[in-house]
Amino acid sequence: MITIQIRLFAAHRDIVGRPELTLAQPAGATLGEVWAHLVVEHPALARYTGRLLFAVNQQFADPTTVLHDGDEVAFIPPVSGGAAVL
Amino acid sequence: MPEFQPFLITHQPLDPAPLVAYAQAPTDGAVVTFTGVARNHVAGRPTASLSYEAYAEMAVPVLEQIAAEAAERWPIGRIAVHHRVGTLAIGETAVLVVVAAPHRQEAFQAAAYVMDRIKEIAPIWKQEHWADGAAEWRE
Repeated sequence: MITIQIRLFAAHRDIVGRPELTLAQPAGATLGEVWAHLVVEHPALARYTGRLLFAVNQQFADPTTVLHDGDEVAFIPPVSGGAAVL
Repeated sequence: MPEFQPFLITHQPLDPAPLVAYAQAPTDGAVVTFTGVARNHVAGRPTASLSYEAYAEMAVPVLEQIAAEAAERWPIGRIAVHHRVGTLAIGETAVLVVVAAPHRQEAFQAAAYVMDRIKEIAPIWKQEHWADGAAEWRE
C-alpha cells in the first residue's frame, strides 16, 4: 500500500468539503484510478471527469502516471472552461 | 526591502510600478502592461466582489513555464506576472502581466499569449460573488 496526499481546490473542495485528503492506495495505483475512486465517493465530481488537469508533486501529469508513497496529488478543476493544452 | 519576485501569488494589493521597473531595459523599446481588473458585471449580472484561490506552490512554477513559452515564441526581454488571491473589491487589480521587448508588436503579442495561457493552465481559480448573495466558481 502507498499513502498519498490529495489537494483539492475551488469547486472540488466545495464538493468534498475539505481542502486535503490522505488516501491509502494499492501499490501501482495511477492518478486516473485515484480520481475514479474519488468520484465514487463524491459523485458530484463526475461532471469534471475529462475536464480537469492532474498534477503530482506540483508538476502536471498524465492520468496514467503511477503514484508513489508520499506523493502530493492535485486535481485541478478547469480554470477558464477552455480545453487546456499543456 | 525583500528582493523583487517577477512571478508572485499574493494577498496584497498589486502595483504595476515595480514590475515595469524590473522589465524595462535600454535594449527594449517597448514595455506592455496588462492589468486584469475585478469587473462589476458578468454577462449583465452584477457582481459584488470576486475572490481568487491558487495552488500557490504550483502556480508560481507554472507562471515561469508560461513566460518561458513566450520567450521561445517571440524575441522578448523580461516578463513579470503578479496574481492576487483572496477577496477583491470591484475595481481592484487581479493580475498584472508586464512584458518588455525590443519592438512593440512582440511585446503586445507575448503579453496576450501569457494572459491567455494563465487562463488555460495556471492553477488559479476565480469565484464570482453575485450582488444577490450567491457565489459561483468560474470554470
